[in-house]
Amino acid sequence: MGKKVLMKGNEAIGEAAIRAGCLNYFAYPITPQSEVAEYLSRRMPEVGGVFLQGESEVAVAYMLFGASACGERVFTTSSSPGISLMSEGISYIAGAQCPVVFVNIIRGGPGLGGILPSQGDYFQATKGGGHGDYHLLVMAPASVQEAVEMVMRAFPLAEKYRNPVMILGDGLIGQMMEPVEFPDHLKTEPSNKDDWATSGMDHRKSNKRNLVKSLYLDPKVLNDQNLLLKSKYDQMKREEILYEGYNTDADYKVLIVSYGTMSRVCRTAIDLLKAQGLEVGMLRPQTLFPFPEKAVRDAAWKESCKAVISIEMSMGQMVEDVERCVQGRRPVEWYGKCGGDVPTPEEVMDAVRKIEK
Amino acid sequence: MQSEVMFAGFGGQGILLCGKILAHAALNKGLEVAWIPSYGPEMRGGTAYCTVVISDKLIGSPIIKNPRHLVAMNRPSLEKFAPTVKPGGVILINSSLIPIRSGRSDVDELVVAVSEIANELGSIKAANIVALGAFVARSKIVEYDLLIEAVKEEFAGKEKLIPLEMKALERGKLAAEKKN
Repeated sequence: MGKKVLMKGNEAIGEAAIRAGCLNYFAYPITPQSEVAEYLSRRMPEVGGVFLQGESEVAVAYMLFGASACGERVFTTSSSPGISLMSEGISYIAGAQCPVVFVNIIRGGPGLGGILPSQGDYFQATKGGGHGDYHLLVMAPASVQEAVEMVMRAFPLAEKYRNPVMILGDGLIGQMMEPVEFPDHLKTEPSNKDDWATSGMDHRKSNKRNLVKSLYLDPKVLNDQNLLLKSKYDQMKREEILYEGYNTDADYKVLIVSYGTMSRVCRTAIDLLKAQGLEVGMLRPQTLFPFPEKAVRDAAWKESCKAVISIEMSMGQMVEDVERCVQGRRPVEWYGKCGGDVPTPEEVMDAVRKIEK
Repeated sequence: MQSEVMFAGFGGQGILLCGKILAHAALNKGLEVAWIPSYGPEMRGGTAYCTVVISDKLIGSPIIKNPRHLVAMNRPSLEKFAPTVKPGGVILINSSLIPIRSGRSDVDELVVAVSEIANELGSIKAANIVALGAFVARSKIVEYDLLIEAVKEEFAGKEKLIPLEMKALERGKLAAEKKN
């Protein structure tokens, strides 16, 4: 680990990718994450990497697909409308099992929406976005430091599963400056890319021809392909779940489930409520897919816990996953705001007080 | 203990940089910091503001509706944000551009002719550093020496500006120490 530096989230994300050994960045600018492109347009040439601005997000998605299919480590960053445009490509990339890292610095939606922080793309990130039975592995950072760590983790995970990984931040994570300590450069794992990537025959041991595709016209073959994808998602559920508890040792009366920037506001609210004599716990999913199902269930079913509330900068998306985990054993409520109007700790406290009674 | 400072003014007044330097000084002291800019579709000369949160423990909510202190570099900023400042905080008013006062009796109002001082020093661009020097000297939010170091670090790539910035800091400090 190096010295702590003060860095904007967007720039730190760009630097983290380079330190993870990613030397290809293709993107199309969009607020509130354009600083990633600005930073990498300068930085990538310095490290011998490629910075390429595509003509649109649709094109960028297929540039990523192409580079990844050839065995290159590659990533992009965008914000909500841009990710919608990429979603067709993301489905193809997942179908063809290519490891690509996506960063979505969410802005308010739907449509052009606004440019301020939001968590309105939870469904898009965790339940699809594109067509077909696929999942992204989704991680949600709550600080600039965590964004760096998650970006660096994303590349080996994408390669382990041959599946796209998405970092789901919001405008605040991108725009805020916080102290960051960069872990050392990532050690490159022995690659299995020769087994699948269309990287050319010259340096390979076997004569097997690799083919990267998502088209399977035979229904039986396509079903097998989907079963293979499912087995990867099942393995993610067993091996990759990350979450953090806050004040969960206390006998809390209410459990908050919250992620990303919103969870920090909740943390402040929990401290203030504690000072007023009300114990509230929080479960913060760090992976949104796979969702920490058992952790949420166990935390909700704790004897002292009377109610659960999902607090999000959306009109209630993650709350559906929380309800699924709690299985009706506790009332599950939702509180949230949209459009960049981030709830204050006081508003969170009011929401908790309301259900505590 | 957590403190928040809002820096506000016109785009181009060096508001965001001002906040960044303070954040740097606090980071060098080993404190937790967060620097949150306003960002939006703005035109040249539009409003710019940022908040710096400084704390001795992990920072929770980075969205601050009621900062402890305010550095107002133009009139619209003072009018908009003065009512939000917590009682007991410092409100710095750039009297070169702001003919009014905060109207608050429960805060420490620090009136400094920031732009005039910068002009006397030979560059209006140094106004933000004058304000920063005055604000830190009055609020003591970080040690003044740490601020000097942070300014030097910030201008390390433009070394010929450092003597001017040092003078700007010092003039700000003197203005803050003068009894009203």
